Amino acid sequence: MSLANTIQLILLLPLGSFLLLGIFGRKYLSSLSGMIGTTSLLVSAILSIQTAFQYFFLNVSESFEKIVAWKMTWLTFSEGVSIDMGILVDPISVMMLVVVTVVSLMVHVYSLGYMKGEERFATYYSFLSLFTFSMLGLVIAVNIFQIYMFWELVGVSSFLLIGFYFEKPSAVAASKKAFIVTRFADLGFLIGILILGFEAKTLDFVTLIERLTTYNSSYLVSATTASFLGASALTWGLLLVFMGGAGKSAMFPLHIWLPDAMEGPTPVSALIHAATMVVAGVFLVARLFPIFSISCPGALEVVMWTGVISALFAAIIACTQTDIKRVLAYSTMSQIGYMMFALGVSGYGNEVGLGFTASMFHLFTHAFFKALLFLGAGAVIHYIHSNEMKDMGGLRKSMPITHITFLIACLAIAGIPPFAGFFSKEEILTAAHHANPMVYYIALLTAGITAFYMFRLYYTIFWSKEAKVSHHDDHHGEGTWIIKIPLLILSVGAITAGFIPFGTFVSSDGHHLHIPFALSAAILPVIIAVSGIALATLFYKNQNDRPDKLAASFQGIYKTAYHKFYIAEIYLFITKKNNLQLNCTTLCLGR
Amino acid sequence: MNLHLLVIAPVLTAIAILFFNQLKQVRLIALCGAIIQFTLSILLLNSFCAERALGNNAPMVFYSSLEWFTPLGIAFTTGVDGISVSMILLSAFVVLAGVLVSWKMEKMSREFFFLLILLSAGAYGFFISLDLFTLFFFLEVAVIPKFLLIGIWGSGKKEYSAMKLALMLMAGSAFVFLGLLGLYFSTNIGNGQHTFDFIAISRTSVPLNTQLIFFPIAFIGFGIFGALFPFHTWVPDGHSSAPTAASMFLAGISMKLGGYGCLRVATYLMPEAAHVYAPYIILLATIAIIYGAFATMMQTDLKYINAYSSVSHCGFVLLGIGMLNETAIAGAVMQMISHGLMTALFFAAIGMIYERTHTRLVAQLGGLLKVMPFISTIFIISGLCSLGLPGFSGFVAEMTVFMGSWQHPEMLYRIATILSCASIVVTAVYILRAAGKSIMGPIVNEQHLTLSDATWNEKSAAVLLLSGIVVIGIAPFWLNELISPDVNGLMINIGRTLLP
Repeated sequence: MSLANTIQLILLLPLGSFLLLGIFGRKYLSSLSGMIGTTSLLVSAILSIQTAFQYFFLNVSESFEKIVAWKMTWLTFSEGVSIDMGILVDPISVMMLVVVTVVSLMVHVYSLGYMKGEERFATYYSFLSLFTFSMLGLVIAVNIFQIYMFWELVGVSSFLLIGFYFEKPSAVAASKKAFIVTRFADLGFLIGILILGFEAKTLDFVTLIERLTTYNSSYLVSATTASFLGASALTWGLLLVFMGGAGKSAMFPLHIWLPDAMEGPTPVSALIHAATMVVAGVFLVARLFPIFSISCPGALEVVMWTGVISALFAAIIACTQTDIKRVLAYSTMSQIGYMMFALGVSGYGNEVGLGFTASMFHLFTHAFFKALLFLGAGAVIHYIHSNEMKDMGGLRKSMPITHITFLIACLAIAGIPPFAGFFSKEEILTAAHHANPMVYYIALLTAGITAFYMFRLYYTIFWSKEAKVSHHDDHHGEGTWIIKIPLLILSVGAITAGFIPFGTFVSSDGHHLHIPFALSAAILPVIIAVSGIALATLFYKNQNDRPDKLAASFQGIYKTAYHKFYIAEIYLFITKKNNLQLNCTTLCLGR
Repeated sequence: MNLHLLVIAPVLTAIAILFFNQLKQVRLIALCGAIIQFTLSILLLNSFCAERALGNNAPMVFYSSLEWFTPLGIAFTTGVDGISVSMILLSAFVVLAGVLVSWKMEKMSREFFFLLILLSAGAYGFFISLDLFTLFFFLEVAVIPKFLLIGIWGSGKKEYSAMKLALMLMAGSAFVFLGLLGLYFSTNIGNGQHTFDFIAISRTSVPLNTQLIFFPIAFIGFGIFGALFPFHTWVPDGHSSAPTAASMFLAGISMKLGGYGCLRVATYLMPEAAHVYAPYIILLATIAIIYGAFATMMQTDLKYINAYSSVSHCGFVLLGIGMLNETAIAGAVMQMISHGLMTALFFAAIGMIYERTHTRLVAQLGGLLKVMPFISTIFIISGLCSLGLPGFSGFVAEMTVFMGSWQHPEMLYRIATILSCASIVVTAVYILRAAGKSIMGPIVNEQHLTLSDATWNEKSAAVLLLSGIVVIGIAPFWLNELISPDVNGLMINIGRTLLP
């Protein structure tokens, strides 16, 4: 099979499973639907890994090229400007293919056990397939409009899955919020596309990047001179596109939907709101990275600060939350902040492009350990029937495998060697250190906080007091093997993913990048992470009143962080007030 | 292909209906008639594409002309291009679906189906006419049944709505007629003779002064049909009071007569004036888009929600036309088709819900997905289409309009485009609000638990419309190929500007 055919098949399998299960699943295939979805994903995952192998290892040339494997014109707007559907193969898209299909496969398998007995089982799997299809379409997009289309589809499948328990008003509210907030961000994305398309007279990624990065090309000159409110058209275009990315990736201040999105089934949170969809924003910036980096460093600086602020902001909030899924949601936001600012501090080409590699590396490793954390949390929630930390404790005995895998994931996210997160985080910190000391110190601080809140979570679930498990159905205990196997596989990923020499494969310009491992640079982050863990051990390993005392002594800060810095309230204030005025206007004009 | 068939078939069906009394017989005839229309329109599409493939590049294909009233130069001239073919196709879809959802119309069923089919005859006649007088004639044929359909079979304040609609549309017709007369008297085909012939007028250039007077008149006239702000006020009341099928016809077909007229008659025949008035059109269209969207947010009745959202969506049609460039106009045509299908589907879903729950108030509905999964899914899908989700037709049309309108670097146009883009966020808000409350969430009324899901006729109507939406949404290239060459043809005229 040619590369194009393989990748088409990778996409068509989930699409087919979506259509099949969506149309016939409920009535005819109810019991089979899980197997259908999982099998199609299994094939997709195998094909993705094979594609990655082919692309990365059977490549003889010096660098990895962007290959347009397949392309068709979908809708022509005017001469040269059209929406194309196609497959763009380059290091980041191939890497994302693997990440998406593998994590999705794990979630599919896990859901076989987790969602068992659910009345709308077939619908659940059809939505999962729809999501996987859309996400895959997003990562292989050849055209900026193609990415936008799949972007919207990803958004709607996220909406459908968050609102899966549609009889719960909170789930409906959360799904609406997620869709509307990201839709608002996508408005920026859309206008950004209009601007970039207008300036470059094309929507095709390869041509677009070429035209907007060639020094003194007529397109670039006109794009950088035309100005509005002091910024050039190019800057506006990129910033607006980034706004879309920030919305999807839950960057400050568009993050408010992510914690609420945890209303969805836990495996969905693992797939969509931790490992894949939320990194779409990072992917988008990475996709347009040459333009950001070469032609518009100002916009890249915005990316950097957004990332830094989000990383720190979310980490602080995560320390105060009591719902374990919300803690994980904020930690996701924080880690994505890392990826964002890693792109922000990066340059283009060679060693300067370390940040780019580091960002993609972190995206890769994060997918494993974050999915693992969510699936582990899912197992715990399944057992305890609660999301609240106060209902948990001492579970290490009753759930040994969940305990071990969760611990591995915590160590990985905290950045302890030799787990995956250590390597990617270390690269990000090195890149930040070279570029901007301020960012570096904030990132270090965040790393410490991350270690602290992750182990706060770990200890309160698995140590501390014994949880009162009042089960009538004690039989399931930790869950069946179908739930444990994905945990084990993902934990293998969380341990080993860090040893991949990532720079050899993924770099800003496609050339191999050899990243020397500097022990000296790694010492400080590790010390900080360990002290974060130590602090958490002191506070949370055994039940004591130290955390409460601390919270009481810093009451102001604690409260503010607990209420997520009142961002949601600010939004509410703005939208409600506007609503009121609009009401009046509409009443005057209507009828 | 003989285009007259498109008018003859519905007229014969309508006459046949008059001979029967029973609902069962009447609806069967109506269904057969609708299927014949549908087949004819598919055949038309087919032979039109074949004709174009053979290299027939005439602006109007299947041209024929019958003398009607020679002293005044009125002829029954017909012909189609890609734009009218797609409109005819749209009408056929909506008519068939409309007949299917009215399957259980017990009250005066003979008259109901008669008017319904008559309305469709008017629409087809309108789309094939190449003579301004005939065009006007068919426009009127399409107006009168609406008044009766709402007044007799409607719900709520139906008399008020019927009267409002009829008066406003009559005013619109009067404007249209005035505009057409203006065009008529500006022509000269020798010996001081005038003509209503569309092609003849398009070849001469109408004097600028005439254009400047009669363009706004004709545009407003057609604009009233197409929900041009501030003449849109008939839309919400009319749509909401009408019975389901009539709502579908109103929004799916009638409003398109307006958009089509604005493009084909006003803009195409008087292009120089169109350039002069373009900023005003854009201003009004943008207001309609934004105002319609926000007004929808305030609605509590599902039909009002869809009606106001129609105002917003039809604003895109006028916006595209006002932009006067190829991409935007193609987008406007696509939006007409997309909106026709989508809104018909939406009204159909609302009608199905109303028939079962006897309420359309969002507050009194909830959790319908549990009891009627099919109808609820259709509701959600039409909502998603309305908010411009890729994979459905709305996305294609809206994006084409946006791409087209962004081509103008002037600040007014940019702001108009950005505001129109912003409306898609507002659309998401009201659609999700409505769906989140009525379709999702807990069941609010215990009695709803016993409701049944869609019947075969409702399912087929929904699937029919949905297939149109999805085909356009997934493979827009064929529609683009159908209409683009002819939009291109229109541009030869429209591209004429006032000054070199």
